[in-house]
Amino acid sequence: MSERVINWFKYASPQTFYPLAGKLIPWFWALAAIFGLAGLTIGFLLAPTDEQQGEGYRIIFLHVPASWMSMFIYLVMAFWAGTGLAFNTRLSGMMASALAPTGALFAFLSLWTGALWGKPMWGTWWVWDARLTSELILLFLYIGFIALQAAIDDPRRADKAGAILALVGVVNVPIIYFSVKWWNTLHQGASVSLTKAPSMAAMMLWGMILCALGCWMYSIAVALMRVRTIMLERERHTDWVRSVLGEKE
Amino acid sequence: MLVSIRAVIGRDLRLAMRRQSDIIAALFFFIIVVSLFPLGVGPEADQLRRLAPGVLWVAALLATMLSLPRLFADDHRDGTLEQLALAPQPLALIVFGKVIAHWLVAGLPLVLLAPVLGIQFDLANDALAILALSLLIGTPALSGIGAIGAALTLGVRGGGVLLSLLVLPLYIPVLIFGAGAVDATLSGLGAQAHLSLLGALTLGGVFFAPWPTAAALRIALE
Amino acid sequence: MHWNNVADFLAMGKHGPYVWGSVIVMALLMVAEPVLLRRGRKKLIARLKRQFRVERSETPADSRPMIVPTGRSNT
Repeated sequence: MSERVINWFKYASPQTFYPLAGKLIPWFWALAAIFGLAGLTIGFLLAPTDEQQGEGYRIIFLHVPASWMSMFIYLVMAFWAGTGLAFNTRLSGMMASALAPTGALFAFLSLWTGALWGKPMWGTWWVWDARLTSELILLFLYIGFIALQAAIDDPRRADKAGAILALVGVVNVPIIYFSVKWWNTLHQGASVSLTKAPSMAAMMLWGMILCALGCWMYSIAVALMRVRTIMLERERHTDWVRSVLGEKE
Repeated sequence: MLVSIRAVIGRDLRLAMRRQSDIIAALFFFIIVVSLFPLGVGPEADQLRRLAPGVLWVAALLATMLSLPRLFADDHRDGTLEQLALAPQPLALIVFGKVIAHWLVAGLPLVLLAPVLGIQFDLANDALAILALSLLIGTPALSGIGAIGAALTLGVRGGGVLLSLLVLPLYIPVLIFGAGAVDATLSGLGAQAHLSLLGALTLGGVFFAPWPTAAALRIALE
Repeated sequence: MHWNNVADFLAMGKHGPYVWGSVIVMALLMVAEPVLLRRGRKKLIARLKRQFRVERSETPADSRPMIVPTGRSNT
């Protein structure tokens, strides 16, 4: 048990995490490619036509993983933010800032693919459906987080301020989702419900799961890449950065 | 405990009274934004009545935002905030006092003004009453949640715009239930459920927000 | 295999533009993100190396203020 704890804290320091992340990145890229290709092959080449939605339903193989990722990444980001506040580890804050742009990217992609799915299915690019609206607000929350961190020059303060915002956001996301849902049922703006999933064949489900796994691996790889850059930038005055860059006197 | 909260409220109110122009400017902002809408969408009474709850509530959110940057900035500049942070009372308690003072100065006038502006939108008496009531219940939450944003952006460049970017998404539930209460009255459904949920948001906002606010203030003071 | 020929695959029923619009934008962004990250990292490394060289060649007697470009590139 104690051995594990020591290990954990060993990798929690940027100095040891940096080379480890460098070694892991190619593996995550490979996994992302394998899962992604498998999922897309099933989704776009093998899966049968949906009897209600025709071929257009194939967008869900992109849309659903993107939406899942945008939400998971926010949770993971808040988790790192919380650990950073609680244990004051340098790595946590860096991980949180490394995840935010990728989360915002997936939130945007979720909206984009959702709009392109909605147009042929319901004849409109946008409905004020509870899920779509919440996704939009989630994108706003990401943008707020990124903007706040970008506006603060001192990285330690940026980490902590961002962490508080992320935690406040996590508490708020369910409240926002619930209130938007409530609002939606009262106004009945969307005559079509997104919640009713198309009758899902097993093959479709597998395609979606594989695509989602591919997005997971992609997110991890990209976040590790970004965190490595952040580490170099922030720790540029330390010896380990010098030796990594081959500049050790 | 109560004494120190009351002291903070009293002090902030006295300070605000010295800068009455700020309060009045925010009120006129509220009036002007609300009055612009009929000019933008046309004077048909039916349409205005439908728009009224949303317009008044959104304008109230924006007007509250205006005064938020000042919530901690002045105390930060003259060093008062640092002393408050070192005081024996928990900082969250002091924040709680400041939130209440902010609401008295920025929120309460909106509550009193909104029914008058509602008349411009041809709202019936019961809808006007619910509008004022919903603002009365909901605006404290705006001050509470806004305090978090104000503390996070304290002394940060581009603070004002950033503040609205951070806080407005968090205001959405308040907006939905606040405007929804008036809407429900207009359509004869009764505003009970909306108002209860709004009350819950306010309780949550006012009593829990001081903690993250205090944490954010300590970070800003480091 | 679900499709009979390539033309059918590209047409996606009647939904070709929507499906391919999603695929292309998602693929573009998911390629662009790592490419931009890679470029940012290379730039940062070049800058740091330059900075380290300057610091090393700088003797203590030389008190000229050195202008070294620094800045945050968190994204």
